[in-house]
Amino acid sequence: MKASPLLLLTALLALAFTLASSLVTQADGWSRRDKSDNIFGMMFGDGRKLFANQFFTMADVYFHSGYYPSIYDRGGKDSEIVETSHGHTDTPDDEIKEDFFGKPKDWVDAFGRHFRIVSHTHLDRGTEREILPWLRLAADLDPQKTETYTVGAFFLSEHLHQTNEAEAFLREGLRNNPDNCEILFALGRLYNESAHDITRARNVWELGVRKFLLLPSADQKENKIVFDELAVNLARLEDKAGNYGQAINWFHAAQRVSPDPGALQQQIDVLQKKLDALVPVVPGKLY
Amino acid sequence: MNKIIALAGVVIKELYRRKDFYVLFVLTALLTVAAGAVNFFHDDKIVRYVKDICLLLIWVSALVIAIVTTARQIPAEREARTIFPLLAKPVSRGQVIAGKFLGCWLATGVALLVFYFFFAVITGSREHLWPWAVYFQAAWMQWVMLAIVIAMVVLGSIYFAAPSSTSTISFIVVVGILGIGSHLKVIALQQPEPMQFILTAIYFLMPHLEWFDLRDFVVYDQSLVSWSALALATGYAAVWTGIFLMLAWLGFRRKNLTT
Repeated sequence: MKASPLLLLTALLALAFTLASSLVTQADGWSRRDKSDNIFGMMFGDGRKLFANQFFTMADVYFHSGYYPSIYDRGGKDSEIVETSHGHTDTPDDEIKEDFFGKPKDWVDAFGRHFRIVSHTHLDRGTEREILPWLRLAADLDPQKTETYTVGAFFLSEHLHQTNEAEAFLREGLRNNPDNCEILFALGRLYNESAHDITRARNVWELGVRKFLLLPSADQKENKIVFDELAVNLARLEDKAGNYGQAINWFHAAQRVSPDPGALQQQIDVLQKKLDALVPVVPGKLY
Repeated sequence: MNKIIALAGVVIKELYRRKDFYVLFVLTALLTVAAGAVNFFHDDKIVRYVKDICLLLIWVSALVIAIVTTARQIPAEREARTIFPLLAKPVSRGQVIAGKFLGCWLATGVALLVFYFFFAVITGSREHLWPWAVYFQAAWMQWVMLAIVIAMVVLGSIYFAAPSSTSTISFIVVVGILGIGSHLKVIALQQPEPMQFILTAIYFLMPHLEWFDLRDFVVYDQSLVSWSALALATGYAAVWTGIFLMLAWLGFRRKNLTT
């Protein structure tokens, strides 16, 4: 029996189409790929986290306009965009510490410095936006890296005044890390400082505290700085709102994890005085 | 000199007849435009990552053009046996080396000019700034560095058996120097003797191609590099180019072209 090639081709195409239409619904469940919510997850699997770290570092490189140590210059440099997002500013001592080039080692090194960026500067006056593409890529590659969201949101809201974008980025982080109290803290800070919405800030921070208390004790120890920030900020918020008793309670909670409980005690004492100064309203005689 | 220029002219014609440059340029343009079209956080003023990607592509493309074009020059002449009528013109072997070098270098320069013009148009359209002096310094230093690379590849093409091996070895050497050239001494100091001595000797004896990479100055909007340092670097590149061409000529002078 001799079949015509055209007929054979048509039959094969028909078979391929039939199989494809019947299998397409089942194929989705065959692999774990459907669980990756972006193209990077499909392409790189867990290896994408390595790239995410690299892109996060690129954001720090951009923040320093290229003045950045290579792996040969100095190891273990802390990411300064993370420190900045926690309110750290460089002191003159820090500047000296971060002169990672040191004195020229020889004439090759000395002459080569004409062609390298050798001054330590940070992006400012809106140019901080240049770090954002790398943070976006880092978030796409590793959605579980929470620092990416908190740092990105900090620069978006504090430096670029894009509050809505910052909130959307944090919300995305929260969707990917629903129990993360660090993101909840950042979200609360955004509501409190940028949107001046004290009620939402309080709700989000209190949710953060509840999530923190649900963590295993080992994780609580590791993240105690977040609890400290949550409790102290809740205390300040209650102080501003005039709820001095509640503020004192939060400062007491913060004292349990704070590296400097003495400083918090001073604030408690001030609040206690404010509380004592409040004259209780006693109903007077009507007649 | 006329013979050298005539030889160089043939090489330049070869570059624009071949598809290498066009393919690399279209690829660079496509990737840059695609990267530039991405919107991050609805902020259309973000531009540095586009500059970074575009300049990286320009560096890769220019290296590919320079190395691949140069590596095949002399072997192709030998394989097609056109080297014999060429040498019978009469053209000396030294002139062949000089002509091939000059042609490849000028051809790469023309390609660089097109690439940097594209770069200026793309980045200027986004940030509305054209720091021509910085662009000139970056392009000049890259072109000067490519002179060393091309001379090195000419030398390689005399000694290595095939253009593919010349290209591969040249890529490894160039990327190695660009990657760890400035850190080699730090690495050397962490090694035991005699490795420490060997690496330190290589550090001082190798051409420091990494000096010529001014991409960071363009990407991060830095001020100009001092013109005197630029002139000294150009002199340094001229010396290294001369050394490689001299070695190539010494090798080619004694080379048996019939085998």
